[in-house]
Amino acid sequence: MPRNMIQVIMRDLDAMRLVFILLGGLVLLFIIAPLAGMFIATSPAEFFETAVDREVAESIGLTLWTSMLATIIFGIAAIPFAWILARKNFPLKKLVSAIIDVPVVIPHSAAGIAILGFVSRDTVVGRLGESVGLNFVGSAPGIILAMAFVSIPFLVNAARDGFAAVPEKLEKAALVLGASPARVFFTISLPLAWRSIVSGMIMMWARGMSEFGAVVIVAYHPMITPVLIYERFGSFGLAYARPVAVVFICVCLAFFVLLRMLSSKYDNAES
Amino acid sequence: MLKVENISVRLGSFSLRDVSFTAGQGGYLVLLGMSGAGKSVLLQVLGGLIRPDGGRVILGGRDITREKVQKRGVGLVFQDSALFPHMSVYDNIAYPLLSRRIGRSGLRRRVLQLAGITWVDHLLERSPRYLSGGEQQRVALARALAPGPEVLLLDEPLSSLDVQLRSDLRMLLREINGRGQSIVHVTHDYEEAAMLAGQIGVMEKGTVVQTGTAAEVFSDPRSEFVARFVGIRNFIEGTLVQSTGTLKNFIAGGISFTLLSDEPPGEGFVVVRAEDIIISASKTSSSAVNNFPATIKSVRPARVGTEVIVDIGREMGALVSEESVASLRLRPGKRVWISFKASAIKYIRG
Repeated sequence: MPRNMIQVIMRDLDAMRLVFILLGGLVLLFIIAPLAGMFIATSPAEFFETAVDREVAESIGLTLWTSMLATIIFGIAAIPFAWILARKNFPLKKLVSAIIDVPVVIPHSAAGIAILGFVSRDTVVGRLGESVGLNFVGSAPGIILAMAFVSIPFLVNAARDGFAAVPEKLEKAALVLGASPARVFFTISLPLAWRSIVSGMIMMWARGMSEFGAVVIVAYHPMITPVLIYERFGSFGLAYARPVAVVFICVCLAFFVLLRMLSSKYDNAES
Repeated sequence: MLKVENISVRLGSFSLRDVSFTAGQGGYLVLLGMSGAGKSVLLQVLGGLIRPDGGRVILGGRDITREKVQKRGVGLVFQDSALFPHMSVYDNIAYPLLSRRIGRSGLRRRVLQLAGITWVDHLLERSPRYLSGGEQQRVALARALAPGPEVLLLDEPLSSLDVQLRSDLRMLLREINGRGQSIVHVTHDYEEAAMLAGQIGVMEKGTVVQTGTAAEVFSDPRSEFVARFVGIRNFIEGTLVQSTGTLKNFIAGGISFTLLSDEPPGEGFVVVRAEDIIISASKTSSSAVNNFPATIKSVRPARVGTEVIVDIGREMGALVSEESVASLRLRPGKRVWISFKASAIKYIRG
């Protein structure tokens, strides 16, 4: 590093900034250390053995597709709803916005209990599902519901902020140019809010995938990975749960990075 | 023809009251008013973006007051152009055409034709984000013209542009109007109004207070707004003719004014601020090249000072102090001289 650059850095490092950097470092360490410890404690042999363990692989597969399906199915309803929240004023709008945030603030086990009570066999929804061959308790559809319940606020809020950031004038201009409201939504509002929507979908998907509390109550079996990690910990102890956790984290991170890269590539292409 | 009858709107503390005017087929109507006078709201009512509480909007014999936005047959250009940032210039212009069944080649032909009229044919593949303000407005015009609107509404289309671009865009607007396109244009700039308008409607506090040609509205202002902007009564319609050197002559009803201007000869208006007119008891020699014998018609107190209306073959208003009125003994019927410098005359191309 050239000498004058070091001088510039030293000059900018006043006492306050040093304290801030130190605090930031502690926070980072707090996040990294336990995760790194877990990775270090897992030998490569353990890792690969776990990765090819049929039960683990099936569980990870189940977790991935249920969380993705939850995001897509509920996203179809949540995205137009987010547009309404961003654009229209209606009575009790504040209350509606607050309701959206409820799943974030209640304990997830409580959310699980609520969903179970709503979809179990002796309820209207349960019977309705059964009549078309859908059983929500102890099944993939139940997992999807539990995941969607706790993760949908992330998508609704991100999409709403995205739509709110689209200048309303552009939608008005499109209407005056003869476009129908539906065409305005699909050709103007949606593409311009797309960046926020994709980011919200990734957050919703990641949140659903990592859900434990709500899912374990609605469906202990079939086992999604967070439940499997808990079960192995309960039955066999830390050493058996850890490799599953490490494999799952790796898969999640890989998907997360991939999706971020894809969405940022899209952003760049657009701008 | 666009006919607006008794439009009223209440929006919070703001309201439009009984707005009525008529814009002729192929005409150029400028609605002139200060910000807050309700011009933009009125345009949005015409465009169908705001529903009026009362009144009617009739376009080409069809009552469109409650017609859906997309079926009204009006084009609207916003102040900041409102181009779609995620589409190329070509796709922006093509946007209103896509819902019509004109085929790919028909579409392309129409976009190229519009781009030609608005001089943006070299920008078609570009993103609107990287266009200058003037280019953006030209693309917005092309896009608004694409569906063939019966009337084109312009909301302060020139106000975000610098002087040179304004002049270019004004030329373009004249040209578009010359092709038979009816235009309603709102602005707070009276020069813009004088340059472009066939008809002017003056808006103040949510209603139209005066309509007429530029000469009618400015030489006989019936609102504070116009009076304050153009001085009192000294808005004169006539012809600029070439003279010697930098001085030019402006002929209006047999009276010749001398002024400085680099504009080409042609029809236009001149404005002389009442404050710049000097009244003297006899002809004096000074640097002022405009000297006219005059008869005082009236002397009355203005908000500040005294307004003296004189007749030099046409009426002119001068603003002088009460002390001058007393020392020169100015009173109706008295013969005086008025003078003002060539540089005190502002010429506006018509």
